Parts: sequence; C-alpha cells; structure tokens
Amino acid sequence: MLATMVAGAGISPTLADNNQSVWPDLPKGDFSAEFLTPTPAELIKNHTNYYEFAFNKKDPASLAQKLRTDPWTIEISGEVEKPGRYYLEDILRQQTLQEHIYRFRCVEAWSMVVPWVGFSLGSLLKTVKPLSTANFVKFTAVHQPEVMPKQLNNAMLEWPYVEALRMDEAMHPLAILAVGMYGDMLPKQNGAPLRLVVPWKYGFKSIKAIVKIELLKRPPVTTWNKFAPNEYGFYSNVNPAVAHPRWSQNSERQLGSGFLPRVDKLNYLTAMASKSHQCIAIWTCGIFSDDSTN
Amino acid sequence: MPLLWLFIDIAFDNLGSNPIQALHIRLGDWSLRFLCLTLAITPIQTVTKWRGMTDYRQMFGLYAFFYATLHVLAYLLVDHALMWRMVGIDVIESPYIWFGVLAYLIIFSLALTSPKWAKKRMGKTWKKLHRFIHIAAVAAIVHYFWQLKGNLAEPLFYSIVVFLLLSFRILVWVKNRQFSRMMIPTGQRILAVAEKQGVMPEVIRKRR
Repeated sequence: MLATMVAGAGISPTLADNNQSVWPDLPKGDFSAEFLTPTPAELIKNHTNYYEFAFNKKDPASLAQKLRTDPWTIEISGEVEKPGRYYLEDILRQQTLQEHIYRFRCVEAWSMVVPWVGFSLGSLLKTVKPLSTANFVKFTAVHQPEVMPKQLNNAMLEWPYVEALRMDEAMHPLAILAVGMYGDMLPKQNGAPLRLVVPWKYGFKSIKAIVKIELLKRPPVTTWNKFAPNEYGFYSNVNPAVAHPRWSQNSERQLGSGFLPRVDKLNYLTAMASKSHQCIAIWTCGIFSDDSTN
Repeated sequence: MPLLWLFIDIAFDNLGSNPIQALHIRLGDWSLRFLCLTLAITPIQTVTKWRGMTDYRQMFGLYAFFYATLHVLAYLLVDHALMWRMVGIDVIESPYIWFGVLAYLIIFSLALTSPKWAKKRMGKTWKKLHRFIHIAAVAAIVHYFWQLKGNLAEPLFYSIVVFLLLSFRILVWVKNRQFSRMMIPTGQRILAVAEKQGVMPEVIRKRR
C-alpha cells in the first residue's frame, strides 16, 4: 500500500525504502501557516489523546503500534449519489496532497503546530456527489477492540468514536483529511492512516483512524457530546472568550515552549493582525459564527 | 526529598511534552500525599494506641503546606509569569481553581497556627480550626478531579484514601457519642473529669 500511495503522489517507491521522506516536496496548501514554527515531531508523537488505547497522553505512542492500518477501506454512504467502499490508496490517487501547517488546539488548553500532509475534505465529498438533503457529515473511527484496550473494556466513552461536521464546515477549504505529517506517513498514535483535521475547532473533533463517512440529513450524536453534553458541544469552535465549564479557555500552553508562560489568545490574535486575512482565518475562533458558545 | 527528584527531572527534561502541567501535577500530588499522611496519623494512633506521633502529624502537615505553596507559586510565576490580569481571568473562569484556592487558604491558616505556642494561645478553637483540614482534603481532590478531561486513576486513588480516613474519623466520632450516651467512662472521659476537678497530676496532663 505504501508503494501505491507514494506512486499516487508521483514519487518513485524507492525513496520510501531509503528512509527518506515519503513526500519530500509537497506544495503548500492555501491556508498553510508558514509563519508558525512546527512543534518538534517527537513531541507530537508522544503527546496524544487516544482514549481507545489509554487515558494518558504517553502510552498511545507504544500501544497504537498494534493497530492494523493495512489494508484500509473507507465506506462512504448516506445522502450521496455514489456511495461505496474505497481503498485508501484509490482515494489518494484522485486527490492532491499538500502540506498544511495548522495549529492544533486541544480543549484542555494546550496546543501544537503540526505540518500535516493531506487533501481537502471538500474535494473528496465532491467526488461522491452529495445530494441536496445532505446537511451533516458523520465520521466513524475504527473498531478494533482486540488491540484497543479501552474499547474492549467499554471504558468511559461509547465506541467506536464518532464525530461530525455541518455540511458547510466540511466543505470549507480549511478542513482536511490528513495522511501524514512532516512529509512522512502519519504515526499510528496520531491517527493513521487517515484522520480529519479541523483547525478552528477543539482537537477532539479531529477524529482519527476514519473508516466511515456518512452524509446525513440530521445532526448525529458525537462521542464527547454524548459523554458530557454541557462540556463538549457539537460545534466546539475555539473561542478564548468562552470558558469550558470547569476551566478557562482564555490562554493555552504551547507545547515545545518548555517553561515559557502560557500564551494569551488575545495577544496572539493581535500579532496575527498584520498577516494576511488567510492566516487569521486559521486562528479565528468561530469562522462559522453561530453556536460559538457550544 | 521529592523536591530533589523534581529538580533532577527538570534538569534532564524528564517532565514530558507539557512540562509546566507536569510540574503542577507533581507538586500537587506530593502536597496531597502529605495531606493524606497527616490525616492518617490520628487513625493510626487510635488503632495502635501509641500516642507519640503528634509531632509527625505537624511535620507532614507542614510539608503538605510547603508543596502546596510551591504548587501555587509555580502557577503564578511559571505558568502566568506574574501577569495578574491573566491570573485573574483564569481563576475567575476556572471553577476547579476555586476549590484549589479554598484548600490552600485552609491549609495556609493551619500552617500559621501550627506552632506549639499558637496551639496554647488558641485553646479550644485550635482544634476546631484544625478540623478544617478535612474540608481542605475534599476541596483538594475536587480541584484535582475537575482539571481532568478523563484520566481518573490518580484522583480516584486519593479519593478512596481520603474517604477511608474520613470514614474512620466519623466512625470514631460516632463511637464516642454512643459511649457518652451510654455513660460508659472511657479513659479520656475519666481524665477530662479529673482535669475539671483539678485533681489531675501534672505528669498526666503533660502527656496529654
């Protein structure tokens, strides 16, 4: 599968064997935040919330290696003209991979900058021709309880993990499906082989290890929303003015900054004012202005 | 001692990807552990009938206060670099911090009144004030629980420990009430009566 994925990006397979970057010279996405310094890859790989494996952020790095990511199919169904089950490499053959440097902001008030490798979610949805009745996009993650201990024990959340977007959010050019980071394949603990990245929403909405994409008329119930509806709303747009019920969202700890103090979102936005409006779009809390409280 | 381990970990960058958070958790953890040790002294004394551990209780309590103070200082200095506006917003918007503040205020006043001369001057009110440590323990646990999204293991452990210690105290209190109702003199009651009547020898009074 690696060979076909690499071939799909127009690179000879032998590059991948030589321990070089799988996608060395990707074009940059329109909204890629080149002015942000990416967080070191080692930090990104060892700081993941992957509750299927463990409730801490360290263990998924080792536990997730057991995940089977090859072969991988994605079922696309619901309010579309062309439902079907597709191999990941077939999807990638039709899409343009680009580098998207986004800040990933967790609801726990920490953030990191990740240079994702991915393609626009909207372009995938266009290929399956959504019907006019398609109002929401529902994503379902993988169910492998034999390697995912918390799924086996039915611990805490309802499995498999489910997330969703409104149709216009899904079609927005900022929303991507990522297959890699730092020019290489996505590590398993970071959502391999395919994950969603929605940078203007809190990180738990960027679902990992997607196996199913369904277009629906009505909004589905998403996993964290089901667990604690007063804490994790459907929209969950990043908004420093709106506190989580138990902690403030006004500032965040940027990973990789060591012992430097937290970053005040307001200061950050001010710094962004001098950049182009496209860059601000990445940071803006609530591009879609309704329901930012939730 | 734990402070030494902490400095070593900082020096070797062993605190992981979110070091400030790790720092807070470490310091808070140790504060809570010492708090639990403090709460454990009285049940241990009652069970083993060995009364010599009061000094240890004071020491553990002060250590709990020490680590709690470091925890608060780390929050103000390292996390927020003494930017009081930021601290203000954070505290007002974060209910879990309110519980931390409550726990700290209690343990602060306990630390202030911990020396023996303070105990003498306060008399009966000293004991009443220091009973507040139970509230501090509960507040500290809520503070710990409430800053987590989901990892419940450690705070759960502490809640069990504190719950056990609390229930022990409650059981003892209930038992004492029953005794007084049944008018069966316990050793303590005899001594109390003797003290009131002014016939308690100097030696025994000192040991109490």
